[in-house]
Amino acid sequence: MQIARVIGNVVSTQKHRKFEGAKLMLVQPLNADDTPRGNALLAVDGVGAGIHEKVLVVLEGRAAAETVGRKGTPVDAAIVGIIDHVDIHGHL
Amino acid sequence: MNLARVIGDVVVTRKDENLHGLTLLIVQPLTPEREPYGKPLVAVDSVGAGVGEEVFFVRGKEASFPFHPVEAPVDAGIVGIVDEWYVER
Repeated sequence: MQIARVIGNVVSTQKHRKFEGAKLMLVQPLNADDTPRGNALLAVDGVGAGIHEKVLVVLEGRAAAETVGRKGTPVDAAIVGIIDHVDIHGHL
Repeated sequence: MNLARVIGDVVVTRKDENLHGLTLLIVQPLTPEREPYGKPLVAVDSVGAGVGEEVFFVRGKEASFPFHPVEAPVDAGIVGIVDEWYVER
């Protein structure tokens, strides 16, 4: 799983039917020091996350489809938790 | 999944039988600021996307799910056409 920040949302009317009702959020993966890492990606939201929140993102199809509640959804990323805080002990 | 713009299409006559009837498009991944990110790739279309449209696509075996029970040999698939997106960094 990855730590990311929610930076936006996406509106899509014409999409695969298994996405009906799913919230699509833009998330920016973060390094341990909270700096952005790589390109932002799209994840379905299974927990009601909002913009600016730090979240836990799973990057695997089966797990991501679970959050939509429909097997066989063509999805590869999902928000599965809202992070309260991260403690890193020692040096990076 | 990633945001992308459809920038072209691919015509393939001789192909795996499980690719028959599928539309192959070239997509350029985008950043949320609409800048190209990385290299273009070929993605199979399941939503009727066309050249010039902004879409989102899925990577990996999930790209073949829209064609179930046919096991299409694909690793990237367009699964939605984007109306708009909102970014606040």
